Amino acid sequence: MKSIDESTKTSRRDFVKQSTLLAGGLLAAPLMSKAGYFHSVDDTIKIALVGCGGRGTGAAMQALLTKQNVKLVAMADAFRDRLDDCYKLLSDPNNEEGNVSAKVNVPEDAKFVGFDAYTKAIALADVVILTTPPGFRPIHFAEAIRAGKHVFMEKPIATDPAGVKSVIETALLAKAKKLNVVVGLQRHYQNSYRELYKRVKDGMIGEITSGQVWWNNDGVWVKMREPSQTEMEYQMRNWYYFNWLCGDHINEQHIHNIDVMNWFKGAYPVKAQGMGGRQVRTGKEYGEIYDHHFVEFHYADGTILNSQCRHQKGTYAIVDEMLVGTKGVVKCGDAQIIKKGKVAYQYDKKLENNPYQTEHDELFAAIAKGEFKFEDADRVARSTMTSILGRMATYSGEVVEWDKALNSGISIMPTRFAWDATPPTLPDANGFYPIATPGTTKFFS
Amino acid sequence: MRSFAFICLLSFLIIPAFAQSLETYEQPVPGTTVNFKMVPIPAGSFLMGSPSSETGRDNDEGPQKSIEISAFWMAEHEVTFAEWDAFFKNMDVPQTKAIAVDAISRPTAQYIDLTWGMGRDAKQPSNSMSQSAAIMYCKWLYSQTGIFYRLPTEAEWEYACRAGTTTAYPFGDDPGALRDYAYFKDNSGDKFHKVAQLKPNAWGLYDMLGNLTEWTLDQYDDNTYKKLEDHAKDPVKDPGSRYPRVTRGGSYLAPAKESRCANRISSLADWNKRDPQVPKSRWWLTDGKSIGFRVVRPAVAPSKEAIEQFYVSYLK
Repeated sequence: MKSIDESTKTSRRDFVKQSTLLAGGLLAAPLMSKAGYFHSVDDTIKIALVGCGGRGTGAAMQALLTKQNVKLVAMADAFRDRLDDCYKLLSDPNNEEGNVSAKVNVPEDAKFVGFDAYTKAIALADVVILTTPPGFRPIHFAEAIRAGKHVFMEKPIATDPAGVKSVIETALLAKAKKLNVVVGLQRHYQNSYRELYKRVKDGMIGEITSGQVWWNNDGVWVKMREPSQTEMEYQMRNWYYFNWLCGDHINEQHIHNIDVMNWFKGAYPVKAQGMGGRQVRTGKEYGEIYDHHFVEFHYADGTILNSQCRHQKGTYAIVDEMLVGTKGVVKCGDAQIIKKGKVAYQYDKKLENNPYQTEHDELFAAIAKGEFKFEDADRVARSTMTSILGRMATYSGEVVEWDKALNSGISIMPTRFAWDATPPTLPDANGFYPIATPGTTKFFS
Repeated sequence: MRSFAFICLLSFLIIPAFAQSLETYEQPVPGTTVNFKMVPIPAGSFLMGSPSSETGRDNDEGPQKSIEISAFWMAEHEVTFAEWDAFFKNMDVPQTKAIAVDAISRPTAQYIDLTWGMGRDAKQPSNSMSQSAAIMYCKWLYSQTGIFYRLPTEAEWEYACRAGTTTAYPFGDDPGALRDYAYFKDNSGDKFHKVAQLKPNAWGLYDMLGNLTEWTLDQYDDNTYKKLEDHAKDPVKDPGSRYPRVTRGGSYLAPAKESRCANRISSLADWNKRDPQVPKSRWWLTDGKSIGFRVVRPAVAPSKEAIEQFYVSYLK
């Protein structure tokens, strides 16, 4: 009940605030947007970017390349150098990857740096782009919705059960406020997947009874420690390898594939068990995450999803999904449906779109028209929970139940955010971090 | 016919002299037990481009110009995964997101499977390559062997592909025979294949057409040939910008008419459209799975300074 009370209160407060601004003709009010406010007074859609890394810069560029009248008005990052690099790229008229410089209007006093930078940037915009490491997403999403902003945010949306729970609650509020939320699980915005999904919904492969999903490849970047860094700064720079920031690669990358099964199945697992470890990527620069996981997810109707993810150089690479039904098989990468060993449907790959651009095209078109069309947050929160469930299973070696894990309140986030604050995991005297050990690591007593 | 005769005559005159200096050799790939064969390409002249009568021809293939080419060696096949991985996994070379213009750097990890399920067999050609990655590989080979390797110019590529012929394909004008020489749309099964499985052209080069589309050094321009002087020697159009540059040779995805000797394919920024990051990768193409390369070595190596300058100017 608390969350509903909260939401009512917040809505009213925002409504009052936005009405005041409306009188001044300054800011679009989402609650009023059905009146086509964007067009009637000042149709500029103002964007704030929170998280200025490579993906944040990419997302901002895609937002600015939409057909709507958009402007980047504020930027926030924990680090000044990341913000500056991003600003330089976006404001460069000779950028070979696209010239959006005319749509960038971020004066010095709208560039915010540090752990609390996000609140200030969010306040200046109509739409916010949340692209920091995923550990921060629940906090940033809550603030964006509290402040009445539409949201594009990257997956995953949390790194622990408490974060997932928070996003599920915020998603309810977003819906109550009719704020559009698009999350970057881009397969939902990719033509081939949409066509495959339609056919599965129409019953072309019968009931889905199992699935195989993979993200097996070399792994990603790593940043070495520098002598001047506090432990907090080092972990923030090398964030991929710390669970409170990243959630392990089963969460950060493999969520794409796991989510496809949840999406096509129309359900989420009830329990998981699996195995994993770190065998190849054992250096201290790789923090605390595993380099492989193999998880068996069980759905309520007995359906099983086998999920593999691996970051080991030189091994067989596959990033794909295959869904098995009673009457056929979907091979997502090939964009095919197979029945009795024969291709029964083939999507014409020449018609494939750039889903990263489509996410923004559709979001900003809806916002410009004053439509409430996108509520991705709850769904992605639950797919994030699926990945986290998998991680808890591989780390502990136990069967982990969905309800128990989701309602556990487990949080792995720091209690204080500051450069001198203590992160939740710390290295030993030789610089190595504690690693989860199946059979020893426990999440529940 | 006249030009054909002319080329035959020239070849007859040149080959004996050439044979004394340029021999086929095997280049060991540093740090591996793998070799690749370098095939001598004789100096000569040829008619670059296609006649307006050629079936499937595009306007950018003309007007035809007579071009003179100095002798060089060309790898008999496209760079394979075995060759590429010697560089990609060379831990002595730092891995960087940006291209280090004045040093050798190694590509970042691929976040997704850029073979798109086609596999990574040692003898399959290395795909999804940016031009920068291809040139950095050449620079790495140079640093390891002291031999100047680079990509071919567009003119060198077509000259080598034709191997003395003037027809649409190196074996004549009938696309029906293409399946004996090239993995293209009709016989590839939409996948690249191990190198050197089909027939080579007259100079012993495999898969010049089909399999992977190959990078050349030149900037792409619709009007390249209009601007070219007749009898130009070793022409190359300096790259003014990263896009568009010329790729050649069709691919396993291309129909026969795009797998002709004279066909030109312009690179596009779109070949990286699904890279969600900005700046986008300088190393990999997220939407260019049919793009690869092969290396050449000029018969007369330029000075050390000129070699260094070459790498800097193409990698900036």
